[in-house]
Amino acid sequence: MNINNFLSDIDLIYPEIILVSTLIVILLYDLIFTKNKRLLPFFSLSGIFIATLFTILNFGKNEFAFGYGSNNYLLSIDDFSNFFKLIILISSFIIIHFSILSNEIKICIDRHGEYYTLLFGMMAGMFFLVSANDLIVIYVSIEILSLSSYVLAGFVKTSLRNSEASLKYVIYGGVSSGIMIFGMSLIYGMTGSTNLAEINSILKVTALSDITFLTSILMVLAGIGFKISIVPFHFWTPDVYEGAPIPITAYLSVASKAAGFAVLIRFIKIMFLSGITNNEYWVLFPIIDWRSLLVIFSIITMTLGNLSALWQDNLKRMLAYSSIAHAGYILLGLAVLSNQGLTAVLIYFIIYLFMNLGAFLVLMLIANEINSEDIDDYKGLGYSLPFLSAMLSIFLISLVGLPPTAGFIAKLYLFIALVDAKMIVVAVIALLNTVLSLYYYIRVLKNLYLSKPNERYIKIKNTSLSYPLVFILGTPVFVFGLYFTPITDLAKYSLKILGI
Amino acid sequence: MINFPILSLITFLPIIGMMIILFIPKRQSLFIKSFTIIITAIQLALAIFLLSNYNFSLAGINDIKSFQFVEKFRWIEIDGFAWLGKIKIDYLLGVDGLSVPMILLTTIITFIASISSWTIDKSIKGYFLMFLLLDTGMIGVFVALDFFLFYIFWELMLLPMYFLIGIWGGPRREYAAIKFFLYTLLGSVLILLVMIGLYFSSMETLADGTRVFTFNMLELMNPTNYTQNGILSPLNPANLRLIAFIGLFIGFAIKIPMFPFHTWLPDAHVEAPTAISVILAGVLLKMGTYGILRISYPIFPDITKDLLWWIALFGAINIIYGALTAMAQKDFKKLIAYSSVSHMGYVMLGMAALNTLGISGAILQMFNHGTITAMLFLLVGVIYDRAHLRDIEGFGGLGKQMPIYTGFTTVAFFAAIGLPGLSGFISEALVFLGGFGNNSIRIIAIVSTLGILLGAGYMLWTLQRVFLGNLPEKWNQLTDVDTREYIMFIPLVLIIIFLGVYPSPMLNLMNSSVNAIVDVVEKSGLFLKSIGSL
Repeated sequence: MNINNFLSDIDLIYPEIILVSTLIVILLYDLIFTKNKRLLPFFSLSGIFIATLFTILNFGKNEFAFGYGSNNYLLSIDDFSNFFKLIILISSFIIIHFSILSNEIKICIDRHGEYYTLLFGMMAGMFFLVSANDLIVIYVSIEILSLSSYVLAGFVKTSLRNSEASLKYVIYGGVSSGIMIFGMSLIYGMTGSTNLAEINSILKVTALSDITFLTSILMVLAGIGFKISIVPFHFWTPDVYEGAPIPITAYLSVASKAAGFAVLIRFIKIMFLSGITNNEYWVLFPIIDWRSLLVIFSIITMTLGNLSALWQDNLKRMLAYSSIAHAGYILLGLAVLSNQGLTAVLIYFIIYLFMNLGAFLVLMLIANEINSEDIDDYKGLGYSLPFLSAMLSIFLISLVGLPPTAGFIAKLYLFIALVDAKMIVVAVIALLNTVLSLYYYIRVLKNLYLSKPNERYIKIKNTSLSYPLVFILGTPVFVFGLYFTPITDLAKYSLKILGI
Repeated sequence: MINFPILSLITFLPIIGMMIILFIPKRQSLFIKSFTIIITAIQLALAIFLLSNYNFSLAGINDIKSFQFVEKFRWIEIDGFAWLGKIKIDYLLGVDGLSVPMILLTTIITFIASISSWTIDKSIKGYFLMFLLLDTGMIGVFVALDFFLFYIFWELMLLPMYFLIGIWGGPRREYAAIKFFLYTLLGSVLILLVMIGLYFSSMETLADGTRVFTFNMLELMNPTNYTQNGILSPLNPANLRLIAFIGLFIGFAIKIPMFPFHTWLPDAHVEAPTAISVILAGVLLKMGTYGILRISYPIFPDITKDLLWWIALFGAINIIYGALTAMAQKDFKKLIAYSSVSHMGYVMLGMAALNTLGISGAILQMFNHGTITAMLFLLVGVIYDRAHLRDIEGFGGLGKQMPIYTGFTTVAFFAAIGLPGLSGFISEALVFLGGFGNNSIRIIAIVSTLGILLGAGYMLWTLQRVFLGNLPEKWNQLTDVDTREYIMFIPLVLIIIFLGVYPSPMLNLMNSSVNAIVDVVEKSGLFLKSIGSL
C-alpha cells in the first residue's frame, strides 16, 4: 500500500499528534522523575488544551487524509469527526479533574504515570476512531481504545472489584472484537475493499443481499454495539461500570460511547447511503431494513436499561443502567435515518456529556465523604451536604429530561425528529420510558431529602475545593435548558460527513 | 396604561425572592417567613393593579391584538435548517378574560397559603424556596401564550410540588408525592407529544413573508396556517387529530383530576401540609380546565365539537362519583378532596355546554371552587393543628367550643353546597343553565343536578357530626380562631359573599373572552370540518 501525499496530510492530524506526544512526554517524565508525580495532571491538561486548539482550527476543513490506491482514504477530517473530538476533549479535560479529586486514584500515587499514559492512549484511540474511514482503521483504533480501557478499569490493583471489572471487560471485549474482525474480513472477502466509501460505490453496482453479507454486517454491529453498550451486547456494562474507578466509569459512559456512536453513524451513512431525499432523509441500500433494526435495538435497550435500573441499590450501578437506557434514546435518533435525527443525536451528546459527568462527579465526591455508593446510605444527605445534594438532584432531573434543564432539550429534539418521521408509536414508547425512568432517579432524591438523616453523616463538614468544577458542569445544564441556540448551531454545523 | 412588563414581574417576582432567600442564613426563619408573605402580597397588589388597568371589552383568545399587557420577544431562533425552515420560539406573555381571573385567584390563594405556612417548623428555608418556585410556575402557566413556554412552566411546578408534599407532608407522604409526580408526568408527556405534533402541522407567516413552524398558540389556533401534510393538519386525510385531542385531554384531565385519573388527588391532599393542599385545590386543579379552554378548545375546535357529549359525561361522572365517595369518607381532608373531584365536574359540564352561560359558569366555578375549597382546607388545617385529628367521627359539639370557627365553616360549607347568596350558587346555576341550553347534553345536565343533592347531603351530615351534638371531654381545651387565622379567612369569606351577591364584575371581566371562545370553536370548527372533507 502506497500512501499518497503522506507529508502534506500530516497537517490534518495535529490534534492526534499532540495527544500522542503528550503521551510520550508523560511516559518519559514518569521514567525520569520517579518521585514527583504532581506535575502529571498539569502536563495532561496542557496537552488536552493544545489539542483542543488544533481541533478548533480544523473545523470547517473537511478533507481526507492518507489516501491510498486510486481514491481511498484512511481518515476523514470533517466537521462530524471534529465535533466528536471536541466532545472527547471536553470530557477528558473534566476526567483529569475527576482523577485529581478521586480518592481511589489518589491511593495509587506511584502509578500515576501509567494512569495518564493510558488515558491518553484511550484518547488517541477515540480520535482515530471518530475519523476512521476504513474498516482496518476502525478495528485498530477500537483496539487501542479497548486495551487502554481494560487496564484502566482494573487500575486499583488492591481493589477486588476493580480486578473483577477489568477481567470481565477483557473477556467480553475480546470476544466482541473477535466477532467484529471476522465480520470485517467477510465484508472484505465479498467486496474486495476495506474502505467505507469504496464499499459504498461497489454496493451501488452490485446488489449484495445474501445472508453472508447480512451476517457480516451484524457481526460488525456487534463489535460497535459492545462499545456503545446496546442490548444484547451490554452485559459487561453494569459490572464494569460498578467495578471500575469512578473517573474511568464516567469516561467510558460518555467519551467512549460518543466515539462508538460516531463510528456507527459513519459506518451506516457512508457504507449504505444511496441518496438523500429533499427533506434530508437518508435513502439506504435495501440490504437491511435499517430503520426497523435500529428501532428494535433501541427500544429493547432503553426499556431493559430502565427496567433494570429500577432494581438497583448502588447508585453507580444504577447510573450504568441509566447510561444503557440513554444509549437507547440516542440510537433512536439515528434510527430516524435523517439529518434531523442526526442533529438530535449530536445535541443529545453535548447535553449528555454535562449531565452524566456531573452525576458521576457528585457521586464520586459524595463517595469520598461517606465511603459508599449505596442509595440507602444517601438518606438525609440533603441536609448534611446541601450543595452536592442539590447539584446531584439537578443532574438527575436533567437525566429524566424535565424542563427547565438541558436534558429536556435533548429529549425534545429527539422527539421532534421522531414526530417529523411520523414514528409516533416509537415516540410514545420512548416517552413512557421517560416516565419509567423518573421512578428510579427520583428515588435518589427521595433518599436525599425525604428520609430522616442518617446519624453517621450528620457531622460531615464538606470543605472540598471541588465546588467550582461541579458548578462548571451544572451551569450548562441550566443555561442550555433555557437557551439552546449555541448547541443546536454547533450540532447543525457538524453534520457534514465526508465521503458521501 | 402600564408601561413596564407587569406580567413578567408578577411571574418572576417569586424567583427574585427565591434568590434573596437563598442567601439568608437558615436561622432567620422569622425573616424568611415574613419575606415570603411580603413577596406574595406584592404579587397580589400587582395583580389588582393589573385588573384596574384591564380593558374589559377586549376578548383575546385567538387574536393577539386584543390580548393585553403583551410581552413578546424572540427567545430561540435558529436559522438555516434547510429541512426545517427556521426554528423560532417566542417569549410571549399576554392576558385575556380567561387568564385574568386565574391570575387573581392564584395571587390570592398564594398570599393566603403563605400566611398559612407560618406554622411550618421543619427546614423552613427549603420550604419557602420551593413555595416560591411553585408560585412562579403557576403564574407562568396562566400568562404564557407560547406552547413551549407554557410547557416549561407546567413542568416547573412538578418538582417543587413533589418536595413540598414529600418533605413536609403527613405519614404516607413519600407514596403520595411519587404518585402525584408519576401521574402528572404521564400527563405532561402526552401534552409534549401533541405539542410537537402541532409544531409540525402549522406554519406561521412572518413579517417578511417567510413561513415557519411555530409553537405560538395563537398561530396554532389559526385554521389557515395548517400545512398540507402535517400529522395534525386537517388537510392531511390521514391526520391524527382525534388521537391527539384525546391525548392532550388526558394530559389536562389528570390535573383536573377527571375520573378515572383522579386517584392521586386524595393521597396528595391527605398527606400534603395545609398550605400546599390549599394551593393544590385552589390553583393546580384549575390548570387542567384552563389548559383545555386555552389550548384544546381553540386548537382542536372540530374535534371538540364532536366530543362535547363525552366531556359532559365525564363531568357528570365526576360530579356524582365524587359526591358519593365523599359521603363515605371518615377523614375530613379526604372528604374535601373528593368534594373537589365533584366540584371540578361542574367545570367540565359547563365547558361541555359550549355556550356563553356554560363557559362563564365554568370559569366562575373555577374561581369559586378555588376560594371555597382553599377555605375548607384551611379550616381542616385549623382543627388539625389543635386536635391533631381529622377523623370526622372523633369530633362532635364543636359549635359550643369554637363558635367563630363554626361560623366560618358553615359559610364555607354552604358556599360549597351552593346556597343562594354565596358564590358557589351563581357558578353552579350558570353551569346548569348552560347545560340545559345545549340540547345534546341536556339529559346529562339533568342527571348531574343529583350532585347538588348529594353535595348537600354529605356537607350537612358532616356539619352535623362535627359541630352539633355533645362535645367529647377531651376537646374542651380547644381554642377558637386566632388573629392569623382571621387574616386568612376574612378575605375569603368576603370574596365568597361578594361574588354570591354581586357576581357581575367577575362575569363582565370574562364575558367578551367567553363569547370569543364560543365563537372560535363554532366558526373554526366548521371551517376545519369543511377543509377536512375536501
